[in-house]
Amino acid sequence: MRVVACVKQIPDPSTPYKLEEGTGWLLRPNDQVLDDTDRYGVEMGLQIAQANGGTLTLVSMGPTGSAQGIRQALAMGADKAVIVDDATLRGADALTTARVLAAAIGKEGFDLVITGTESTDGYAGVVPQMLAELLGVPSLTYATSVEASSDQVKIHRQTVTGYDVVTSGLPAVLSVTAGVVEPRYPTFKGIMDAKKKPLETLTLADLGIEAGPAQEVTGVNPAPEREAGRKIEDDGSAHLAIIELLEQKKVI
Amino acid sequence: MKSIYIDEDLEAIRQAVAEFVEKEIVPNVDQWERTGEVPRSLLEQMGSLGFFGLRVPEEHGGVGLGHIASVVFAGELGRSTSGGTAITVLVHTDLAMPYLTRFGSEEQKARWLPGMMTGELISAIGVTEPDAGSDVAAIRTTARRDGEGWRLNGTKMFITNGGIADLVFIAARTDPDAKASRGMTIFAVEKGTEGFTATRALEKMGWHASNTAELVLDDVWVPDSNVIGEVNQGFYYVMANFQNERIALMAAAIGECQEAIDRTVAYVKERRAFGAPLWEKQAIRQRLAMRQAEVDAARQLVYHTAWLLDQGEDAVREVSECKALVGELSNRVLYDCVQFHGGMGYMRETPVERMYRDVRINSIGGGATEVMLDEIAKRL
Repeated sequence: MRVVACVKQIPDPSTPYKLEEGTGWLLRPNDQVLDDTDRYGVEMGLQIAQANGGTLTLVSMGPTGSAQGIRQALAMGADKAVIVDDATLRGADALTTARVLAAAIGKEGFDLVITGTESTDGYAGVVPQMLAELLGVPSLTYATSVEASSDQVKIHRQTVTGYDVVTSGLPAVLSVTAGVVEPRYPTFKGIMDAKKKPLETLTLADLGIEAGPAQEVTGVNPAPEREAGRKIEDDGSAHLAIIELLEQKKVI
Repeated sequence: MKSIYIDEDLEAIRQAVAEFVEKEIVPNVDQWERTGEVPRSLLEQMGSLGFFGLRVPEEHGGVGLGHIASVVFAGELGRSTSGGTAITVLVHTDLAMPYLTRFGSEEQKARWLPGMMTGELISAIGVTEPDAGSDVAAIRTTARRDGEGWRLNGTKMFITNGGIADLVFIAARTDPDAKASRGMTIFAVEKGTEGFTATRALEKMGWHASNTAELVLDDVWVPDSNVIGEVNQGFYYVMANFQNERIALMAAAIGECQEAIDRTVAYVKERRAFGAPLWEKQAIRQRLAMRQAEVDAARQLVYHTAWLLDQGEDAVREVSECKALVGELSNRVLYDCVQFHGGMGYMRETPVERMYRDVRINSIGGGATEVMLDEIAKRL
């Protein structure tokens, strides 16, 4: 069984992000880290591949840099990695990203593609669905639990009110939510072995495709300051006001 | 801060340990400090991730890295805010296990290393005695020939992990007529051996999550197969292992310093007094800046010394410099960090309060500053 996990290297979220003057595009340092949300997909992929005697291949798009983030995922136990790294992809939007990933995954061959729900630096949240459409396979999204065999996948799909049970044959694309599984820590041996694993770098020419038009950033504004919370003075009826608030927020 | 001594592999290991410390250790240390012990399950989890095989050669199932890797590993444990947790691990990996990996026989390695790597078998060293600390030659514990083995008698004091260890490397005099340097031997003594007892957990100023015990050897018999290395060579093994021990301890101390500075900088940027954050006070931010500069310099000295040891240099002067410098520095750093936390710094709930107590041992344990300074002076 060939399992593919899509992963992304992002600038360390604990450091302030810098945007390029003019284009407004994110500046990516040489050392990037594995997007934390991708760890769930990698862990899911490892569990499914191990249970079904398969392999896990990582597919990524973006500047390779030191490949530190990709190695973090290899250290968890993935077998190999493919990175599409092409200067013309700077400023790529979600559709271009999906086209590129689909081309690389199609070239690699797959039975199941696993992604997170959205990247922590882009937050578009549409790549998994686009990827499924471009690969011509069903998409199962927002999984909070997954059961997979060699020819079928069944998930709990998170909804506003609870979950739907969705089943599909393979091949398919699956997006998993944070917490679907507990990502493992890499072992020291895994870390040392990671650099010996195959890491293939492809250009768009290798895939026979071209980049779409780059995103145009029309404006960048700082996030508004967080406003002070609302104070409810207790004149004997504060509990009613709190209940009303909680009901508005659909907490109760 | 990047360093020429830290390559990609070491950086990846550092990140992995940092993440483990942040998620599995820091949230639990308050409890472990109260119970006085790190849970065995944590040690076994660390074992399952290969943490205890860092220095173990690949042919024995480890990753076979050098002193510099110990420094990276210890540095992140030092950031746990619990010196007692860090030392529980480091005594096993960097103080005790090297006796086996460096001087043990293949048969001994096959017998004990697998359990030591999984964390099923935790180790300690028994050198110090009531009347012999930094002055190792003064130990009085004896081992006399008895059949195909040795009979040990004596008392060991301040033994970290003493009460929890499954295997203790005990130093004893095997030739009462020779100088200590030619008449001392290391014995591996297993928990449960008749006459071998940990009498009590000692109460300490800091390191509350660490078990420190007094060990009594009352006519304890061990077979020849438990002699580590050669008979009467023990003093040299102790001296050789001191080098690794000292830089590992000081690497952890650097981690403690950095964590304390980071927490203090965050605190003084938030804490307002006289109409502005404390960070606006030049005296405070400049003191912290100087401490950071000192810590950055000391860290590179520790890295450099580990690198020298990895090149096969004896580096006793540099190791002693690390021990003397960082042992004292960590006390200055934590003094200031408590000071700049004000009243909160004196409260048990504030991590720098615990760290202030923990760092006090850094200028005493593993070779007191005064002993280290004379080691440097001898080489000037």
